Amino acid sequence: MLSELLPAWRVKRIIRYLLLYAVAYGLTIIFALPFLWAVSSSLKPVNELFLWPPQLIPKTWRFENYIEIWHVAPLARFFINTVFVTVFSVSGRILSAALVAYGFARFRFPYRNFLFLLLLSTLMLPYQVTIIPTFLLFKAFSWLDTYNPLIIPNWFGGGAFAIFLFRQFFLTIPKDLDEAAKIDGANTFWIFLRIILPLSKPVVITMVVIGFLESWNDFFGPLIYLNTPEKYTLSLGLANFQRVVSAGGQATEHLLMAASMVMTLPSILVFILLQRYYIQGVVISSGSK
Amino acid sequence: MIVPIKQRLGLSTPLTLSQREALQGFIYISPWIIGFLVFTVGPMIASAYLSLTDYNIVTPPRFAGLNNYEYMFGDKLFWKSIENTLYYTVIFVPIAIAGSLALAMLLNQQIAGRVALRTLYFLPSVTPVVAAAFLWLWIFQPQIGLMNSIISALGLGNGPLWLGHPGSSKPALIIISLWGALGGNTMLIFLAALQGIPKELYESADIDGAGSVGKFRYITVPSISPVILFNTVLGVIGALQMFTLAYVASSGRQQQFSPGGPLHSTLFYVLHLYNSAFDFWEMGYASALAWVFFVIVLAITGFQLWTSRRWVYYEGED
Repeated sequence: MLSELLPAWRVKRIIRYLLLYAVAYGLTIIFALPFLWAVSSSLKPVNELFLWPPQLIPKTWRFENYIEIWHVAPLARFFINTVFVTVFSVSGRILSAALVAYGFARFRFPYRNFLFLLLLSTLMLPYQVTIIPTFLLFKAFSWLDTYNPLIIPNWFGGGAFAIFLFRQFFLTIPKDLDEAAKIDGANTFWIFLRIILPLSKPVVITMVVIGFLESWNDFFGPLIYLNTPEKYTLSLGLANFQRVVSAGGQATEHLLMAASMVMTLPSILVFILLQRYYIQGVVISSGSK
Repeated sequence: MIVPIKQRLGLSTPLTLSQREALQGFIYISPWIIGFLVFTVGPMIASAYLSLTDYNIVTPPRFAGLNNYEYMFGDKLFWKSIENTLYYTVIFVPIAIAGSLALAMLLNQQIAGRVALRTLYFLPSVTPVVAAAFLWLWIFQPQIGLMNSIISALGLGNGPLWLGHPGSSKPALIIISLWGALGGNTMLIFLAALQGIPKELYESADIDGAGSVGKFRYITVPSISPVILFNTVLGVIGALQMFTLAYVASSGRQQQFSPGGPLHSTLFYVLHLYNSAFDFWEMGYASALAWVFFVIVLAITGFQLWTSRRWVYYEGED
């Protein structure tokens, strides 16, 4: 009777599905646990940090930790600094990458393919190879301990990845549109500004997300170029958090976890809101579209 | 006879249409050309020169021939950093590639909530590395940390000291990196590639009675082999550049030591370069390290591309 209702192939299928769901949803625990643990620790009072065995749910919820972090360290300052650097880096990358990509996508000139290959080859060049002379160059410019080294290079092409992404997208825009505007007497810059760029909203958003994540999370640049604590970005401020916080020898892990979550939240929000565009960009870059 | 300058430069004759197009093209790409010369070509030449000098930033560079390169061969920390970096790369990259592919295949199944799962898997990779380092330092805390609590609750005794001991510090960093990498870009790229495999291939394999292992081996892997190569090459380049995580994890609490501890067990190549340049201000030696790094990365990448001809299958070929 039972074997009629549940033939072997059906049992096999059900087991397969159960297993699939168990693995797929079970894995979320591994990915989420560090976040849950950090949030839990960030809401505990100091004396609960060192309880044995560890408690995921705090006995007393101490939401004040999230207020305290802004007082014990100049977190607001770091936050504003990071926003400043990120906004001007990302806008520079997008504007200059779009211009350069427009040149590669729409104009014929000698050595175009060679130059484009040269551009792509820089994707594989580790930035550490040039970091020392670049540092010395910025020192000669008296740019050390300013945001210039973090922002201004982004205004010169915005990197091979961004140019590549824009060019791929521009190539999909029909040339008829340019031609029609040209007949109406429009110059090439007007065409770029009024036709190409407005049609490229998806790839602009893609670069906003990718550029934001890179600038927001950058550590190496600020580490090398910024010295004055008031100028620190969040990543550098967070790395020095335990030195900055004077807790009189007391543990500060709950505050450290709270500050870490504050720094992480914008990245997570930007990604969740704009992930469609982000994923598109990553997929195009791999050439598997 | 005086020739007007305009005419001498050939500017009096109007440009042909294609000359104008070329000129405009160059103008549009000029930001990149300037940036490339100033921030890439110039520094590379300068760094080649600096690598032949003794330069402590205070006094001008003094030519020293190949001294820096000779010193490198006898520098124990140089060899230690090579060993650490290769250890990390050789263990991390294969697990990251295989794990990302497995996750992508999982998400390629008909599961309810696939999009939400994909987002959740991805979140660790958008977490700032500095924040991720602190999250995990806290989990790896030897006495009361979550990891060792779980280990002892499972009856496996006291867990290792993790980042506090040279024997367990690199495995700890590999675990943290895997958390941040498995559900990240690599997985997204694999997922897109898997979705691009024509369904008919699997259907005809079903008719031929192929099992799931056979389908994976003879359809999935060949179809996505260019993407496997892409992810591996970028994964290796990224792993060789390991820096931020190791820096923060080894110096986040006590900053009186050069990062890379304990006992230089997390001194990766770039960390050694960083310490030489910005901790000891040996700019000449650090430039030599940078050039050797460039050659190493180039050689490893070239080797992968060269051997890839044997296993990567491109559509439209043969």
